[in-house]
Amino acid sequence: MTPTVRKDRRDDGRPIVQEGSTREERMAARVAAWRDRRDRQSTRDIDFTTTSSMEVAPIYTPLDLADNDPLEDIGLPGEYPYTRGVYDSMYRTRLWTMRQFAGFATAEETNQRYHFLLDHGQTGLSVAFDLPTLMGYDSDHAMSEGEVGVCGVAIDSLADMETLFRGIPLDQVSTSMTINGPAVIFLALYVAVAEEQGVPSDKLRGTLQTDILKEYIAQKEWLFPPDPHLKIIVDMMGWCADNAPKWHPISISGYHIREAGSTAAQELAFTLADGFTYVEEGIKAGLDVDRFAPRLSFFWNAHNDFFEEIAKYRAARRIWARHMKQRYGAKNARSLLMRFHTQTAGCSLTEQQPENNIVRTAIQALAGVMGGTQSLHTNSMDETYALPTERAVKIALRTQQVIAYESGVANVIDPLGGSYYVEALTDRMEAEAEAYFRQIEDLGGVVAGIEQGFFQRELAVAASRYQEEIDSRRRVIVGVNDFIEKDESLEIPILRIDPRYEREQCARVADVRAKRDDAKYRAAMDALRQSIRDERNLMEPVLDAVRLYATVGEIVELMRDEYGTWREPSIF
Amino acid sequence: MISEQKIRVLVGKPGLDGHDRGAKVVAAALRDAGMEVIYTGLHQTPEQIVETALQEDVDVIALSILSGAHMTLLPRVRELMRDAGMNDVLLTGGGIISKDDMQALGELGVGQLFGPGTTTGEIVEYIENWVDERGAKMGAAS
Repeated sequence: MTPTVRKDRRDDGRPIVQEGSTREERMAARVAAWRDRRDRQSTRDIDFTTTSSMEVAPIYTPLDLADNDPLEDIGLPGEYPYTRGVYDSMYRTRLWTMRQFAGFATAEETNQRYHFLLDHGQTGLSVAFDLPTLMGYDSDHAMSEGEVGVCGVAIDSLADMETLFRGIPLDQVSTSMTINGPAVIFLALYVAVAEEQGVPSDKLRGTLQTDILKEYIAQKEWLFPPDPHLKIIVDMMGWCADNAPKWHPISISGYHIREAGSTAAQELAFTLADGFTYVEEGIKAGLDVDRFAPRLSFFWNAHNDFFEEIAKYRAARRIWARHMKQRYGAKNARSLLMRFHTQTAGCSLTEQQPENNIVRTAIQALAGVMGGTQSLHTNSMDETYALPTERAVKIALRTQQVIAYESGVANVIDPLGGSYYVEALTDRMEAEAEAYFRQIEDLGGVVAGIEQGFFQRELAVAASRYQEEIDSRRRVIVGVNDFIEKDESLEIPILRIDPRYEREQCARVADVRAKRDDAKYRAAMDALRQSIRDERNLMEPVLDAVRLYATVGEIVELMRDEYGTWREPSIF
Repeated sequence: MISEQKIRVLVGKPGLDGHDRGAKVVAAALRDAGMEVIYTGLHQTPEQIVETALQEDVDVIALSILSGAHMTLLPRVRELMRDAGMNDVLLTGGGIISKDDMQALGELGVGQLFGPGTTTGEIVEYIENWVDERGAKMGAAS
């Protein structure tokens, strides 16, 4: 008979207590002894760092949480400061929205892809536009040549928007649209399509990315200088508060900042600083913070380092709640909630052995879910080559479904709460973000920082450091600098965009211009120009213009004429 | 005669693609390797790139394109370089470009192109070797 192994306890079951020492002192002694034992063992010859080159200890214990208050710092979900989640019940009540970013060629092809994704269990739409659309050029503009429908869907006017959402009831489906410079035009286009379906704007649910500050920092899709863009964003926040209260006029984003090379702490700090700037702009314009703050939403990256990402989301919730309450005086509980969408890290995917990307995406998606995301996009394995094929995007969607229904992680809210490592990392990320906030304030704020190239320099330095780690093989990327297969052949299907789509779309937009009521169109454009000069809210004038089939390019050209353009400082 | 002059490289992004992480990392690596880097930034037309390259008297034009528009933009740049008589300037670059397209572009006179997973060392070495070989050819011709 095997002997029973027992804990060291007294006969009556109580723990053995040494006279004269506190629990913390005993713990410290045990940790010190453990450290001595461990130091005598060899370690692997790598840097034990996160993706942000931050060193992590071999183990975390209650000693690392000496300054952490379980009630004030960790708390409970749905309760200030929301470290454990924005809602009381999280995925117990409703799973995150499975929202795959999609768009290619023209509205017709993309509409088909949306029906495919919805049929396969996706629960929300997300629109990817092509570069000409994102940069405010019509498909037949000289700058658009070779670029139409290649990185996303080409949308030139309301006619294309109608095709894009054909058969999709906008009172039943929520839609996210990733567009920033021309965002106000796309809010108007969506409202106009919904009108045609008989859906009033107060029923619309969804999100526009709109976040121009991160464009200057990372994605580089601005149209004008910062001030006019910020003014238009305040217009949108105000209009939505009154007319589309379920709509998120902005998605304050860290995803792109991270993709451009930042560390996790920079992603966290710069994104929240951008968010605070929008809050300040809204307040400066006379909006009541509790009317627009509940519809500010966020968008984070989910990169490779599992625990770093989870800590980042938890820190973000806590920081946002604390600042909104203490600095901006928000009284509405809903103004304090950092609700977010997550996308797995595109920059982590490899061209070599692309099927490995399925694994990377799964781990990253798991981090997003365990971090409490409200919606999630999972990348497809082929995205280092092209836009996703149906087969690849289906696997990406199934990844979310396996996590949701098979892994068990959605059964318990914030399952990693209380982990010594995760709580210590959450605290550390919050402290690093606060240090960055002070630095940004000293520069004069986010816009001043952008003009001085502060963020751009931080990103360039972090990106070069990360590349150096890979080049020197101190950071292993499987299939790229280790576990390499020589003379790999590409064995997965790749989506190619037929050049005929560009020709067809050019003909289409010319047709729209020819067929619309020219006099009414011109009157609407003149009224828009006058509204810009009178500094009025641009939403209604833009709505009037898009209903009359003014094109995206025409509206942007008018705005560029009034607002000017902006060139970034050259920093690398 | 060994040239002591720094290799001059224009690094830029043609077309609408604004994703400049790679271009900046390469620009920094080339600078750290002792080259003179002229960074033209974003949203350049082929005409602007070649104009700048001429004015700056560069040895190399290095372009970054992730948008898929490379089969329109790179041949255009190559053609303009030819029109301007830039016969001993290297056109290289990288981004999201298939092996088939790299081959087709090679046949049009574009230099080696570098996709995801390339180390900065490979790019530095390629440019240095190219410049050395050009120097050898010019030495042989004189």
